[in-house]
Amino acid sequence: MNINLTLIGQSISFLFFVWFCHAFVWSYLRKAMEEREKQIADGLDAADRAGRDLELAQEKAAKQLREAKGEAAAIIDAANKRASQIVEEAKDVARVEGERLKAAAEAQIEQDVNRAKEQLRSQVAKLALVGASKVLEASIDESVHKDMVDKLAASL
Amino acid sequence: MAAESQSTVGYIQHHLTNLTYGKLPAGYERLDDTGHVHEVLTTDTWTLAHSGAEASDMGFMAIHVDSMLWSIGLGFLFLLIFARIAKRAHSGVPRGAQNLLEMIIGFIDQTVKDGFHHKNAMIAPMALTIFMWIILMNAMDLVPVDWIPAFMAWATGNPHFFFKVVPTTDPNVTLGMGFTVFGLMVYFTIVKKGFMGFVKELTLHPFHSPKWYVNILLVPINFALEAISWISKPISLGLRLFGNMYAGEMIFILIATMFGAGLVLGIFAGVLQWAWAVFHILVITLQAFVFMVLTIVYMATAHQIEEEDQFH
Repeated sequence: MNINLTLIGQSISFLFFVWFCHAFVWSYLRKAMEEREKQIADGLDAADRAGRDLELAQEKAAKQLREAKGEAAAIIDAANKRASQIVEEAKDVARVEGERLKAAAEAQIEQDVNRAKEQLRSQVAKLALVGASKVLEASIDESVHKDMVDKLAASL
Repeated sequence: MAAESQSTVGYIQHHLTNLTYGKLPAGYERLDDTGHVHEVLTTDTWTLAHSGAEASDMGFMAIHVDSMLWSIGLGFLFLLIFARIAKRAHSGVPRGAQNLLEMIIGFIDQTVKDGFHHKNAMIAPMALTIFMWIILMNAMDLVPVDWIPAFMAWATGNPHFFFKVVPTTDPNVTLGMGFTVFGLMVYFTIVKKGFMGFVKELTLHPFHSPKWYVNILLVPINFALEAISWISKPISLGLRLFGNMYAGEMIFILIATMFGAGLVLGIFAGVLQWAWAVFHILVITLQAFVFMVLTIVYMATAHQIEEEDQFH
C-alpha cells in the first residue's frame, strides 16, 4: 500500500490514452456516426419531399382528368348538336327536293294533259270534219268550211 | 496449491504485494526468508523488492511493475482494438464490432451531453477512456486469483515472485487517475475563468458579503472550506474505486484460501467464488460508470462560469 512513482506513471499513461482515444477512436467513429445521421436526415427529407411531390402529382392528375372529362362532355355536346343540325339540314334539303320534284311532276302532268287536250282537240276537229264531210258530203267544201270547223274544235 | 506451502496469512500477504522496482539506499540490510541479514548494500541500488518490507522501504522512488504493466497493457488493448474498428468505421449500416462500438460511444456521448453543457472536445473521449479502461482493469478481478501469479512464479522460477493482476486494487493507479482528473479540473478552471477567477472561486465562496471589510474576514474561512472540497474530490474518486476493488479482491483471495482445505470446502469455495464473481460484474461496471460520471460532473463544474448558474 505504498504511494510511489506508479502514481505518476499512471497519470501520464492516462493523459496519453485520453489523447490517443480522442485522436484515433472518438473522432473517426463520431465522424462515421454523424455522416450516417446526416444521411438518414437527408433520406427522411427526400421521403418527405417525395410524398409531397406525389400528392402534387396526384392533384395534377385529378385536375387533368377533370379537365379531360369536361372537354369530352363538351365535345359530345357539340357532336350531338352538330348531328341534330345535320339531320335538320337533311330534312330541309329533302323537303325542298321533294317539293321541287313534286312541282316538276305537276308541271309534267299539266304539260301532258295539255298535250293530250291539244291532240284530242285536233282529233275531235278531224273527226268532226270527217263526220261532217260524211254527213254533208258534197255540200261542204273543206277549204271553205275549215275555219268554221277549227273554231268549233277550239271551243271544245 | 500455494496455500499448502505457505501459511494463510503469508498467502494473503503475498497476493496483496506488488512487484516493486525501486531504489534501496546505501547501507540497507537485505533479509532472506528466515529473517537473517543476507546482503548489505554498499551503494544506492535500483532493484526488485524481495519482500513487502523492502517495497515500503523504497519509499516514493519505486514503481509497481505489475500495476503499470497491466494498466498500460489493458489501455493499449482497449485503444488498439477500438482504433482498429474506428479506422474502418463507415457511415453505412453498422455491423458486428462497429455496431457494439457505436452503442458504447452513443451511451458515453449521451451521458456526457446530459452532464456537460460546454464546448470541449476532450471530455467525451476522456469519459470513454475512463469507462473502458477501468472496466478492463477491474475485470482482471474475475480471473481466478492464482492463475496468473502461479504462472509467473513458474515462468520466473521464483516461488515468491510477486504479481498482482488487478491494477485498480493498487491505490497508486486509482489515485493517479483521480489526481489527473483534479489537475485537469484546475487547468480548465484557470483556462475558463483566468487565474484570478480561480483564486476568487477559492476565496469568495460559499460566504460572500457586499462589504469588502467583511469579505476579508471571510476569506480564510472560505479558503479552508473550498480547499477541503477541492482536495476531497480526487481522493474520494481514487479511494472509492480502490476500496471497492480491493475489498472485492480480498474476498476472492479469502475464498481461494479455502481451496486447500479439503474436498467439501473446496467445492463450497468454488460455488462461492462463482457467486461472488457474478456479483462482482455489477461492481466492475458500476465503479467504472461512477468514476466516469463524477469526472464529467467535475469537468462541468470547472467549466461553469458563475453567472451561468441560474440558467442551468
